[in-house]
Amino acid sequence: MTSELDIFVGNTTLIDEDVYRLWLDGYSVTDAVALRVRSGILEQTGATAAVLQSDTMDHYRTFHMLERLLHAPPKLLHQLIFQIPPSRQALLIERYYAFDEAFVREVLGKKLSKGTKKDLDDISTKTGITLKSCRRQVVEEMRGSLVDNIQQHFLLSDRLARDYAAIVFFANNRFETGKKKLQYLSFGDFAFCAELMIQNWTLGAVDSQMDDMDMDLDKEFLQDLKELKVLVADKDLLDLHKSLVCTALRGKLGVFSEMEANFKNLSRGLVNVAAKLTHNKDVRDLFVDLVEKFVEPCRSDHWPLSDVRFFLNQYSASVHSLDGFRHQALWDRYMGTLRGCLLRLYHD
Amino acid sequence: MPGKLKVKIVAGRHLPVMDRASDLTDAFVEVKFGNTTFKTDVYLKSLNPQWNSEWFKFEVDDEDLQDEPLQITVLDHDTYSANDAIGKVYIDIDPLLYSEAATVISGWFPIYDTIHGIRGEINVVVKVDLFNDLNRFRQSSCGVKFFCTTSIPKCYRAVIIHGFVEELVVNEDPEYQWIDRIRTPRASNEARQRLISLMSGELQRKIGLKVLEMRGNAVVGYLQCFDLEGESGLVVRAIGTACTLDKLSSPAAFLPACNSPSKEMKEIPFNEDPNPNTHSSGPSTPLKNQTYSFSPSKSYSRQSSSSDTDLSLTPKTGMGSGSAGKEGGPFKALLRQQTQSALEQREFPFFTLTAFPPGFLVHVGGVVSARSVKLLDRIHNPDEPETRDAWWAEIRQEIKSHAKALGCHAVVGYSESTSICEEVCILSASGTAAVLNPRFLQDGTVEGCLEQRLEENLPTRCGFCHIPYDELNMPFPAHLTYCYNCRKQKVPDVLFTTIDLPTDATVIGKGCLIQARLCRLKKKAQAEANATAISNLLPFMEYEVHTQLMNKLKLKGMNALFGLRIQITVGENMLMGLASATGVYLAALPTPGGIQIAGKTPNDGSYEQHISHMQKKINDTIAKNKELYEINPPEISEEIIGSPIPEPRQRSRLLRSQSESSDEVTELDLSHGKKDAFVLEIDDTDAMEDVHSLLTDVPPPSGFYSCNTEIMPGINNWTSEIQMFTSVRVIRLSSLNLTNQALNKNFNDLCENLLKSLYFKLRSMIPCCLCHVNFTVSLPEDELIQVTVTAVAITFDKNQALQTTKTPVEKSLQRASTDNEELLQFPLELCSDSLPSHPFPPAKEHLESASSNSGIPAAQRDRCSSWIELIKLKAQTIRRGSIKTTMTVEKASPVGDGNFRNRSAPPCANSTVGVVKMTPLSFIPGAKITKYLGIINMFFIRETTSLREEGGVSGFLHAFIAEVFAMVRAHVAALGGNAVVSYIMKQCVFMENPNKNQAQCLINVSGDAVVFVRESDLEVVSSQQPTTNCQSSCTEGEVTT
Repeated sequence: MTSELDIFVGNTTLIDEDVYRLWLDGYSVTDAVALRVRSGILEQTGATAAVLQSDTMDHYRTFHMLERLLHAPPKLLHQLIFQIPPSRQALLIERYYAFDEAFVREVLGKKLSKGTKKDLDDISTKTGITLKSCRRQVVEEMRGSLVDNIQQHFLLSDRLARDYAAIVFFANNRFETGKKKLQYLSFGDFAFCAELMIQNWTLGAVDSQMDDMDMDLDKEFLQDLKELKVLVADKDLLDLHKSLVCTALRGKLGVFSEMEANFKNLSRGLVNVAAKLTHNKDVRDLFVDLVEKFVEPCRSDHWPLSDVRFFLNQYSASVHSLDGFRHQALWDRYMGTLRGCLLRLYHD
Repeated sequence: MPGKLKVKIVAGRHLPVMDRASDLTDAFVEVKFGNTTFKTDVYLKSLNPQWNSEWFKFEVDDEDLQDEPLQITVLDHDTYSANDAIGKVYIDIDPLLYSEAATVISGWFPIYDTIHGIRGEINVVVKVDLFNDLNRFRQSSCGVKFFCTTSIPKCYRAVIIHGFVEELVVNEDPEYQWIDRIRTPRASNEARQRLISLMSGELQRKIGLKVLEMRGNAVVGYLQCFDLEGESGLVVRAIGTACTLDKLSSPAAFLPACNSPSKEMKEIPFNEDPNPNTHSSGPSTPLKNQTYSFSPSKSYSRQSSSSDTDLSLTPKTGMGSGSAGKEGGPFKALLRQQTQSALEQREFPFFTLTAFPPGFLVHVGGVVSARSVKLLDRIHNPDEPETRDAWWAEIRQEIKSHAKALGCHAVVGYSESTSICEEVCILSASGTAAVLNPRFLQDGTVEGCLEQRLEENLPTRCGFCHIPYDELNMPFPAHLTYCYNCRKQKVPDVLFTTIDLPTDATVIGKGCLIQARLCRLKKKAQAEANATAISNLLPFMEYEVHTQLMNKLKLKGMNALFGLRIQITVGENMLMGLASATGVYLAALPTPGGIQIAGKTPNDGSYEQHISHMQKKINDTIAKNKELYEINPPEISEEIIGSPIPEPRQRSRLLRSQSESSDEVTELDLSHGKKDAFVLEIDDTDAMEDVHSLLTDVPPPSGFYSCNTEIMPGINNWTSEIQMFTSVRVIRLSSLNLTNQALNKNFNDLCENLLKSLYFKLRSMIPCCLCHVNFTVSLPEDELIQVTVTAVAITFDKNQALQTTKTPVEKSLQRASTDNEELLQFPLELCSDSLPSHPFPPAKEHLESASSNSGIPAAQRDRCSSWIELIKLKAQTIRRGSIKTTMTVEKASPVGDGNFRNRSAPPCANSTVGVVKMTPLSFIPGAKITKYLGIINMFFIRETTSLREEGGVSGFLHAFIAEVFAMVRAHVAALGGNAVVSYIMKQCVFMENPNKNQAQCLINVSGDAVVFVRESDLEVVSSQQPTTNCQSSCTEGEVTT
């Protein structure tokens, strides 16, 4: 006796969250059944393996039919074939577009192209994520090019939409993230920085009318950043800045002497990064530079995070007391974001 | 020119890409009705065209309006070659033809293609202007309402139940042209769909005419079926129960929408007299009584309640007047006479209803069934379908005579079915022989019967169990005792019926689904020889199915079966029998005896031991089942009951016969001879197998119940979550060494596994009950068995259930009081209205929780996610976040983070697709049906020539059934409804040819489109209830004095 055909169709489409996750993770039906058996579901429900197999097959078939609709989430809302409560629809979409951090970390900054897809094999073995799952994630990113409208077009939650925005932002500006020095950073770190930069450094951040300009950094702003060079080029200004910071932090910093010794180097590093951002190549290397010029020196002197915070706060605030410096707003726009990024990047 | 049909094509969406070059489609629409066709403009290069057409107007006869479907075809314009069809929509405009139903059909319909399935949607608006037609000899029957529901629809009241209507039409099946490949499969399928649509329209119109002739205005329990007789043609036949229905107005409004002027007159006193203190002009004044209920029918009814047999001549202490008791004999005869005369006017006193207004059903005799094996031949003249008519007339005649033999003049819960294999066809009919109260059957007034109903209220609670036949002249040997409820009348020891459990019956414990399954091998044969072989096998099958049912019933410790449906399916080399019913313990019937096992060869130690071991197992199972189904009847000492009347023992209420083409009627005595107890003799391995198979039926997991009736006996606190589903399984038998036993085991496993799968799938709904479980078996090919199940899972409140079951007395008291209320409200046009609300008191508080519940209990979900995380060992921070966000939609709105520019919430919340519930039941738990919009009767064909690409047979059928559901929902939504009740998948014919990568499937579904309102939304209305109750109780005071 062999089962030729075995289906179950509900008026309301049954969605089993666990099976959905297994399907998204790219497990075959056989593997999914094995995993479900291991979960102890048979003991809980008193079902047999055959029942579980049939149930899993059914769910996989449903998901397979739903996948076509998931590629264009608004379709899922208007289609008539599957009656799914709104909360479940949202869950389907959200989970479908959720990605593995490890995977995205690998892909980040690589130009999304056919070449990348070939590399997926490597990434797959590296991260232990099945290939099928990777494919899905790449496809989704390709579609995510409309950063600003991701949420509307893909009906994703706020959190997930922001992550997608970060990915697309990184991909668009082709930030270097793959260098060995940067390996310690997680996707979350980058996403955090991307968000800050999207909020403050893009055209869209200044002018809310220009809705679709989230993608690119504000060129004018980058040009203006050259003006900051005066902070390190003018020796008096640099000395004054240093003394202001040192006075304020004396006794409050555990690593005061190291800070005092290194102040000029650090300041030069931060300001030079700003000045260089006019060139695309340097934009790409932003994170490398930040780590090299700031994070690493501090780390080698064993600055605690709290001291870094004190320093950066004081460092950016003191500039306001520099009478000879005229670009206060520009400085704030630059340092406000950079401070946030640096604090996030500063860890082991 | 009695009608004008107006159609407007608004827009399309999600159309498929028809032009590969541009990835777009140049779509236009053809609107066809009868022979008239209109076209919209071509909307260039769009997958979401906005035609916004003018109103296309068709001026047509109402006859055509009833017969023809509106046909909408979406095409892709092609300048150089023929236009490509994208798909079609058939719209049945019948619901627009009766005044109370829908006024407009408007909405998105899936565009359906028989080869590609659903391809986008189209927005259509349809209206009908009907002109008054004064032609008395018209051929149309506009205005007659049709209901699939097999009880009086919830917002109507039955004035008269006229009786049986039937009709059949035949035609040639376009299908065999498909075999010949004369035209494309698409053309052939569409021809077939259109033909069946036309034939159903015609059939419905003809039945409507019959109803008008009987002066009815509605058909209830309408069941339409197709017989695909292959080469010999296509038969569409329908049966139903003609009724005169009155629409009940809402209790608050109190404005009856009456049809007959005489009724209106009677209603006026109610309306004028809202003050309960002044009942002088009320309905129960002596004057009123005289006018409407002095008639003999009153006293007859009283008789029927108090003195149905000669035994009742003994003085009574309770209900009923003494004088009436003394005259019992003659009055009983009179009752018979009158009822009979009322029924004998009809050719067939059959009723397709399975649930009845209170007081309608007086006694139930038992199941009557008849089968007949016929050889199909070509229908030569489609306009004169005489042979098919004659076949059915013959069977109905048999049923009628069986009912007579049981002392009954009517058959209720009546249904007909066929099973066809090649040129052999088994026609089956079955029903429950019954004695009915005549007053619903006559053109008299129902009001007059009010008082009688009050008096007979209590007795009827067990009355339907009392034997209708003469105990001295019984049609078959039976084992009678005095009723355990009233102790006055005789009852049989078991009762089999095809109807639903009457609402006023007293049941102990819960019910359960009982199935008998049987296969019989048969030699392949041709024509006459084949028919003879089948005819010879049928009696044995019936006997075995019956024995199995009886054994399983006893094993469950129960004594009655409701909703019994025995299906015999014929295949090339086998016959299958599947009987499903809901077993219950009726308080009025005696406690069933156990099952005794006897061995044939005594003096064999090990054998004896084995037997006693088996016996112990059986006894244990019975005990376990009694506990499981909470069957603990009160102990009654023998003296009170009196010793059983000495009679030859037998346990069968099933009277059946079977005939072949020769028209020979043979009767089969299903009694078990003179055995004292119910003894199973184990004399060979076969019998051993039988006993084993008895014990292999696994009870459903805890928290699950199942039944094939409308509601589960013993559960009355449904919550509002329902899930209707269809499940199909096909197994291929290994053709080697097929024996009856192996076959039986395969079939048994198939059904058991299917049930197990259902329990597993629906585990998130626990505690719940599978209601109206409907199994259909077919044998599409030599070694294939197909089982299709449609049912609905309904959740219920467990705590409440425990409370009520622990106090059965209290429950029955409550029931009695609600019964009283209902009865009293009946003349106030409230009865049916209040019916649905009573069984679900806790529904309100569960509404919110049910709607916010995402399905799986939180604990379970947590457990599952934790193991998944263990397995994967991956960082899941985002996942966790996303799970939270998906719980509620509003979370997606901008979080307090002002840095992110205001993003609109995802449009999840403004989904445009309304939820349409589907259920095979006649009601929706926790809700009130406020309007019936018309019958849904749809027929679809789907075919594929790329079976593998569509995911094999499972993928193909899964998608098709999902599409059928979608189309039903879309039609209901377009009618303005939000649910389908009494939904049934009447046919699911699946054929495959994997070698050619092809498959074809035909599905026929029907149901009633309704509008329902959640009870929680009805609070305003219900606050007015007390006034009416008060009024009715005052009425009661008057009536009883």
